[in-house]
Amino acid sequence: MNKEEKRKIIAKRVAQELEDGDVVNLGIGIPTKVADYIPAGIDITLHSENGFVGLGTAPEPGEEDENLINAGGEPVTINPGGAFMNSADSFVLVRGGHLDVTVLGTLQVDEQGNIANWMIPGKFVPGMGGAMDLIVGAKKVIVATEHTIKGEKPKILKECTLPLSGKGEVDLIVTEMAVIDVSDRGLILREYNPEFEIEYIKEMTEADLKVSTELAEMV
Amino acid sequence: MSKVVSLTEIMAEIESGQTVMIGGFLAVGTPESFITGMLEKEVTNLKIIANETSYPDQGIGRLVAARQVDKVTVSHIGTNPETGKQFNSGKLEVELVPQGTLVERIRAAGAGLGGILTSVGIGTRVAEGKEVLEIEGEKYLLELPLEAEIALLKAWKADKKGNLVYRKAARNFNPIMATAASRVLVEVDELVEVGDIDPDQVHTPGNFVDKVYVRGESNE
Repeated sequence: MNKEEKRKIIAKRVAQELEDGDVVNLGIGIPTKVADYIPAGIDITLHSENGFVGLGTAPEPGEEDENLINAGGEPVTINPGGAFMNSADSFVLVRGGHLDVTVLGTLQVDEQGNIANWMIPGKFVPGMGGAMDLIVGAKKVIVATEHTIKGEKPKILKECTLPLSGKGEVDLIVTEMAVIDVSDRGLILREYNPEFEIEYIKEMTEADLKVSTELAEMV
Repeated sequence: MSKVVSLTEIMAEIESGQTVMIGGFLAVGTPESFITGMLEKEVTNLKIIANETSYPDQGIGRLVAARQVDKVTVSHIGTNPETGKQFNSGKLEVELVPQGTLVERIRAAGAGLGGILTSVGIGTRVAEGKEVLEIEGEKYLLELPLEAEIALLKAWKADKKGNLVYRKAARNFNPIMATAASRVLVEVDELVEVGDIDPDQVHTPGNFVDKVYVRGESNE
């Protein structure tokens, strides 16, 4: 399975978690692709933390607006019914309980629901941007990530070793192999991709993975 | 009295060593004429408060690339490799602040508040050295106000009284920074007569604004 296929499986599966009427923030990378797979009949409002709701698709070439980008700096459009706001209000929306779901990529995530996605000391220090606010503020935090680093090193750990972005905030982990609930009892394998053996998924997960009694195949 | 001035009059207010807030998000909503003016004036040792350090060839990133900056207080530096390079070699101080906390610290300064309480950053490096308060069983970080000597902003329209209207996603940090600096200097695309902006449509009331420069105007 190549990188593109993995990303598609993850984005498609995350999209099914969204409910009609949700206000959603999608992070950069795989999360951005979730917008391409939102099921028909489900009305979602996308929030862009640089200051608007109603984030639309990419503009036609030549139709870019110099005053309209997403939080990753790419030209975008705003849908009818959208609204601009200043950065303070944008984060009032995030922290104040007005954001239903945030979907983020990560470097590491662990069985306590901790997430580390903003720095590798001494190597890579981009900063947290709005990620820490999103992790604390969103009602539901979904981590959308490849299951491993380069197909070998687990990303889902017993305990994150990198500096945390948020503590105990993650609700759900979606990878190309599995859908995993983060619960008080630890990580619960809710769905698996039948292209992978359950034993293999467990092997590629450093954290203890309990298999749900209602285990299903990922669709 | 008109607040409209030349670029020279704006630049006369900006000196080396100042703490300067600069509006914009990845250079959208950043006053590029002021950045160019600061490059030409070669002001140095600046302490910049902004969302991020943009790209090396755009907005605030140009000042970083020209090594005119001593410290940045921002939420992100990942789009400007020059910032990371100077940070790693110890030439540039970087204070990373979660974006929502950053804007709220600026808002606190502008609103005359002694600080804000937020649960963002609890259990992370952001909490190091900060006071933690427990309120109704919930832990919060005490985050202190951020103020500046100068705010350099970009708006779409202004009238001669300095009433401002921003355009689309170029609004971002600009209206908040307009409240938090001793001097508020604004670059605009368009100047209109007093009364042309419906009072219901003003984003930043002119009383927060000191000077307005109309982009592209001859410098006299």
